[in-house]
Amino acid sequence: MANFFLDNKDLQFHLDHPLMKKIVELKERGFADKDLYDYAPVDFEDAMDNYRRVLEIAGGVCGDVIAPNAEDVDHNGPKVVNDRVVYAEGTAKNIEAVTKAGLFGMTLPRKYKGLNMPLVCFVMANEMVARADAGFENIWGLQDCAETLNEFASEELKAEYLPMVSDGATCAMDLTEPDAGSDLQAVMLKATWSEEKGTWLLNGVKRFITNGDGDVALVLARSEEGTTDARGLSMFVYDKRSMAVKVRRIENKLGIKGSPTCELVFTNAPAKLVGDRKMGLIKYVMSLMNAARLGIGAQSTGLSEAAYREALKYAHEREQFGKPIIEFPAVYEMLTNMKAKLQGSRALLYETTRFVEIYKCYTHISHERKLTPEERTEMKEYTKLADAFTPLLKLMSSEYCNQLAYDAIQIHGGSGYMKDYPIERIYRDARITNIYEGTSQLQVVAAIRHVTTGTFLNQIKVYESQEYAPELEHIHSKLIAMREDYEKVVEKVTSMGDNELIDFHARRMVEMVGHIVITYLLMAQAQKNEAYRISAETYAKYGQAQNKAAYEYVMNSCVADSDLFKAVQEEYL
Amino acid sequence: MKKTLKIVVLAKQVPDTRNVGKDAMKADGTVNRAALPAIFNPEDLNALEQALTLKDMCPGSTVEVLTMGPPRAADVIRDAMFRGADGGVLLTDRKFAGSDTLATSYALSCAVRKMNPDIIVAGRQAIDGDTAQVGPQVAEKLGWPQVTYAEQIVSLDEGQIVIKRRLERGVETVSCPLPMVMTVNASAPECRPQHAKLVMKYKHAKTVSEIQALQEDYYTELRDARPYLNITEWSVADVDADDAQLGLTGSPTKVKKIENVVFQAKEAKKMTGADAEINALMQELIASHTLG
Repeated sequence: MANFFLDNKDLQFHLDHPLMKKIVELKERGFADKDLYDYAPVDFEDAMDNYRRVLEIAGGVCGDVIAPNAEDVDHNGPKVVNDRVVYAEGTAKNIEAVTKAGLFGMTLPRKYKGLNMPLVCFVMANEMVARADAGFENIWGLQDCAETLNEFASEELKAEYLPMVSDGATCAMDLTEPDAGSDLQAVMLKATWSEEKGTWLLNGVKRFITNGDGDVALVLARSEEGTTDARGLSMFVYDKRSMAVKVRRIENKLGIKGSPTCELVFTNAPAKLVGDRKMGLIKYVMSLMNAARLGIGAQSTGLSEAAYREALKYAHEREQFGKPIIEFPAVYEMLTNMKAKLQGSRALLYETTRFVEIYKCYTHISHERKLTPEERTEMKEYTKLADAFTPLLKLMSSEYCNQLAYDAIQIHGGSGYMKDYPIERIYRDARITNIYEGTSQLQVVAAIRHVTTGTFLNQIKVYESQEYAPELEHIHSKLIAMREDYEKVVEKVTSMGDNELIDFHARRMVEMVGHIVITYLLMAQAQKNEAYRISAETYAKYGQAQNKAAYEYVMNSCVADSDLFKAVQEEYL
Repeated sequence: MKKTLKIVVLAKQVPDTRNVGKDAMKADGTVNRAALPAIFNPEDLNALEQALTLKDMCPGSTVEVLTMGPPRAADVIRDAMFRGADGGVLLTDRKFAGSDTLATSYALSCAVRKMNPDIIVAGRQAIDGDTAQVGPQVAEKLGWPQVTYAEQIVSLDEGQIVIKRRLERGVETVSCPLPMVMTVNASAPECRPQHAKLVMKYKHAKTVSEIQALQEDYYTELRDARPYLNITEWSVADVDADDAQLGLTGSPTKVKKIENVVFQAKEAKKMTGADAEINALMQELIASHTLG
């Protein structure tokens, strides 16, 4: 009877954030749904109570069903039978459990049979599912594809597909192709309009498609013949019941083995256009990717939680030299830093989620009525913050979950290298998080303009200007010094007048932001709850040291250094 | 299978005896209910699943939970509603206190007469008493046929239900006319989980006693507008029961003696798995007649 919500005070803490008041208002809009739907809340407290209860259900399914199945799923994995994916038995049981518990369509409006819950709650459920089984999180978490339909598709398409998702139809986003990975402008899958059949027809191949045999697929395809760039791409929705897409193979992966990664062959597959032609990559995929990146932030945090728990448990149980190994400085230091990174990832996860949530709510409201000038300003502000924080979150949390999994194996020693403990699976599963939905390097590319335009600096100053308790003042002063170092670094890099140098130092600068922001968030949490003081202190120490290293590196760099690093381009084997 | 059914599930709130701590028993040898969390009796959950399966088979059917107990036993009814039941009845009255299985069966049968179902589904037994008597006794009191140890409903046609029973040495498939009582084994499918929408829909459901006990009721209007949020509560008078057949007076079962059994852990042996050790262990087990 494990419950991944009730056993996690940190999650519960984030659910009680003061901004929830605003989020509930934006989401429920005067609680008008209460007269139309018997499961709609009547006021703020009622809504919050609903969220807690539903998360408790999700926590129970994670603890009692999904986590116990994880090892078996990892071992058996999905198979391709007659061009279709057959899930591992445990995966099928997981899907049955989450469907019976009504955990699909979590954020969708009630008129599409959804639960109309805030994104914050969906992300929490996501995190718990990932802690139970990161591979299954992909299959279940892909329901957020429906959010892209909800935002951009016609009413007709929404009415057709969204209730299906609420009832448990699984989704897929079919973007990548053999020659279009990080560079999606190169997508070649062809979409042609058939007058005769009155539908778009898709032809071509997609590769590395997570849950590629899902019920509803969003497909990026080239609808404008003769084009070769992003402007020729449109977004389509494909219904599996047409049976016109074959699964050619599934990849044999290092981790997340329960999640089928498919190669798909489209043969005259009928599909419907989502939104406007030519906006596929430019607008819709960007939205899809941002949502997916938030999802990876949740997946990474869930994996970090799992890794930390495995390590902590083992460090207490394992005795060497006559005492539990947790009593040795090398081990307790590792665990303390792991905890700080875990709680730091989570703090950044929910801060980012709240930014995304608020601007998304305003977007939906703007479809119903004209926003007031204040609302428009606020929406713009939150859109910018979401845009900056999403890649920052994806970068920091996915790198941390890899570090946590690495350290957790280290704490297990030789046993951790064996297949006998869950940590080896967590380690393998974690490895994908800083690769897919945009590698860490690409997150840096997405985040760097907020370094150069000052979005991050402004937000850091917002945090800086808040009041902190006297006992936290020493962290505050440390952070002010860190901000000054960061400004010097940015000034130095940008003043060298070479754009390639900005790219070269980009990661260092973005990570400096990450350390400052996370420390502020943990400090704000410590202000409210003493339980976070240690993580705030220890993360501040860690972040300060990391930023000093970056500072030294940049300050001791010059334009000519580039040649040292470019030389490798001339080397061949 | 077209007919809609009225199904009643007999359920009991029990102390969770599966995870007992050291305060689980009182000095007099009775269960310390305060120290154990109150849960839905596990096999009654299997029964509820069978009832909900029947409802899925015959759309339009209703599932109601009948439970006898103190006011807090309403939790069982709510839990069932969160999983798909339509409502329930809490049978609560001081006069029921001290009832043994016979008096309980009598009280339940009085309530069942008033509810007038086609099928009663109950768990085989409760984990606090382990008697497995209440289901069958209710059937006897009503004069209805009963199928015990049910594991699966095979079919339901023209007033006949076909049920697979799990017996000690195999399975038996039997046919039974309605109305009838079935008791369900733990080997039957597990109950479906609470459903997010149902939890949000029914969480304000309360009995009259529960509403009276509230400091302030924030949801009066809601309950007025949604009658299903009022859980029915019946007393002895509501079910026209005879006082003499209830509580201690109606209970022929008398506890003669209670013994405290103290389990003592024996010394553990650690073995590395070497052949010689395994041989020695085998010989020891054969010598003690544990094996062979």
